[in-house]
Amino acid sequence: MNANFEPRIVGFLCNWCTYAAADTAGVSRMEQPPNVDIIRVMCSGRVDPVFILKAFAEGADGVIVSGCHPPGDCHYQQGNYKTFRRMPLVEALLAQYGIEKERFHWGWISGAEAPKWAQLVRDFTEQVRALGPLNWKRMFESKED
Amino acid sequence: MPEDTKGTKNGKLKLGLYWAASCGGCEIAIVELREKILDLDAAADILFWPCAMDFKYKDVEAMPDGHIDVCLFNGAIRTSENEHVAHLLRQKSKVLVAFGSCAHLGGIPGLGNLFDRQSIFERAYLEAPSVDNPEGILPQTSCQLPEGEVTIPYFYNTVKSLAQVEDVDYFIPGCPPQAPQIWAVVEAILSGNLPPKGSVVGANEKTVCDECEHKREEKRIKKFYRPHEIIPDHERCLFDQGIICAGPATRGGCGALCPSVDMPCRGCYGPPPNVIDQGAALLSAVASVVDADTEEEAARIVGEIVDPVGTFYRFGLPASLLHRSKLEEGS
Ligand code: SF4
Ligand code: SF4
Ligand code: FES
Repeated sequence: MNANFEPRIVGFLCNWCTYAAADTAGVSRMEQPPNVDIIRVMCSGRVDPVFILKAFAEGADGVIVSGCHPPGDCHYQQGNYKTFRRMPLVEALLAQYGIEKERFHWGWISGAEAPKWAQLVRDFTEQVRALGPLNWKRMFESKED
Repeated sequence: MPEDTKGTKNGKLKLGLYWAASCGGCEIAIVELREKILDLDAAADILFWPCAMDFKYKDVEAMPDGHIDVCLFNGAIRTSENEHVAHLLRQKSKVLVAFGSCAHLGGIPGLGNLFDRQSIFERAYLEAPSVDNPEGILPQTSCQLPEGEVTIPYFYNTVKSLAQVEDVDYFIPGCPPQAPQIWAVVEAILSGNLPPKGSVVGANEKTVCDECEHKREEKRIKKFYRPHEIIPDHERCLFDQGIICAGPATRGGCGALCPSVDMPCRGCYGPPPNVIDQGAALLSAVASVVDADTEEEAARIVGEIVDPVGTFYRFGLPASLLHRSKLEEGS
C-alpha cells in the first residue's frame, strides 16, 4: 500500500566518520535510494535533541544520527559519549509521543564502513516506507481538534 | 500600548480577568496580592471576572470592541468554550495578556496531549476506580431533555496555549505567577511603561539557576532520584545530588522558590529566552550529567527516568515543538 510513498529522512552525520562513509559510498556509486537528506555536523555530540524533534515536527518521516564508534574514534575524544547518553532519552521521548521506534536510528559508522552506510540507507528507507507517512503537522490542521 | 488605555471617564484602568482550562490557582495568585488588591481596586475597574464576580458572557458581548483596557487571561484552551471566549476577549480588549503557565504554554492541562478525547473520556467516566457509571454514559455535546435541547462545549483532542488560537500581547509566566511579579506588571501597565508586544513580562532574562542559592559543583550522576526517594542536602545543588531539576532550562523570575525549600524546579516559568524547546533543553542537561562510559551503563541510568515527557515538558507540552502525542487518523 505504501509502495509509491517516498519517505523523507533526515540524517545527521558527523564530519569525521559517518559523513566520510556516506561520501565514499556516493563516490563509489554504491546502490542506495535517494531518500536521506544528509546534514553534516562536526560531531554526533553536536546533535541537539531539538534537531531531531524539529525534523519530525516539520515533516520528516524518519531521522538518523550517526557518528564515530566509541570509545576512541570520535575526533573530539568524547563527543560520542554525549550522543550515547542522550539518545536513549530521545528514544524514550519519541516512544511517549507515539513515534514508532523504526523511524529513528542512531549508531556508529566509521569512515571505512561505506558499504555499511549504503546498507543502512537501503534498510532504513524500506523500514520507514513500510510505516507510511508520519505527517506530524496534519494533527494541527483540523480546527475541530 | 495604545494611548487611550486609561481613557475611562474616571481615569481608571478597565480590567478583565478570565479563566479557561485551569485549576483556579491563578485566581488565588491575584488574591495573593493581599492589601495591594485595594490599590488595584483604586486604580482599576474590574469589568469581568467570572471566578469572583457575577458577570455573564452577554455582558462582554454587549461591550464595544476594545472596551476592556487589559485582560488577564489564565488557563489553556481545552474546549470550544475556552476558544470562543478567547476570541471574544481578544475582540473586546486592547491588551490581551496570557496569564500563568496554562495560558502561556498549555500548563498542566497540556499533559492531556499525551492522550486524546476518547481515552480521556474512558478514563474519567468509565475506568477510574471512583466512577459509578453503570450505563457507561460519556459526555455528549447535545442532549434532549423534556425542557428542550441542552448543549455543552466540545472537548478538543488537543490542548492549546492562548497564543495558539489568538493574538497575544504579553505573557506572564508561572504556575501561578508570583504576587510581586504580578504587581510589577500592574504597575508597568498603569504607568504605560510596557515592553514591545510579544514580550514575556513579570520574569527575567536569566534561568532559575541564576537565582538559586544551592552550591553547584561538577555533576556526575550514577542514579537519578525522584523527590520522594531522597532527603537532599540543603546546601548542594539538587541536580548535583541526582534530583532532576528544571532550573537550567527554566526562565528566572520566581526567585528559585522551589529549590529554596529543597524541591527541584519543575519548570513552570517556561523556557529561558532563546530556548526553542524547554523539554529538549532539560533532556540535554540531564544527559550531560550522566556518569557512564559505556552505552549499556548510560542506557541503564537514563532508562530509570520515569515519564520523560511529563518530566521534561511538565508545564509546556502544547507549546513545545511536537505539541502532543501522535493521533491516529480519524480519531
Ligand atoms: S539545578 Fe536546581 S538546585 Fe541546582 S542550581 Fe539550578 S535551580 Fe538550583
Ligand atoms: S522554581 Fe521552577 S517550578 Fe518552582 S516556581 Fe520557580 S520556575 Fe516554577
Ligand atoms: S567526531 Fe564523529 S562522533 Fe564526534
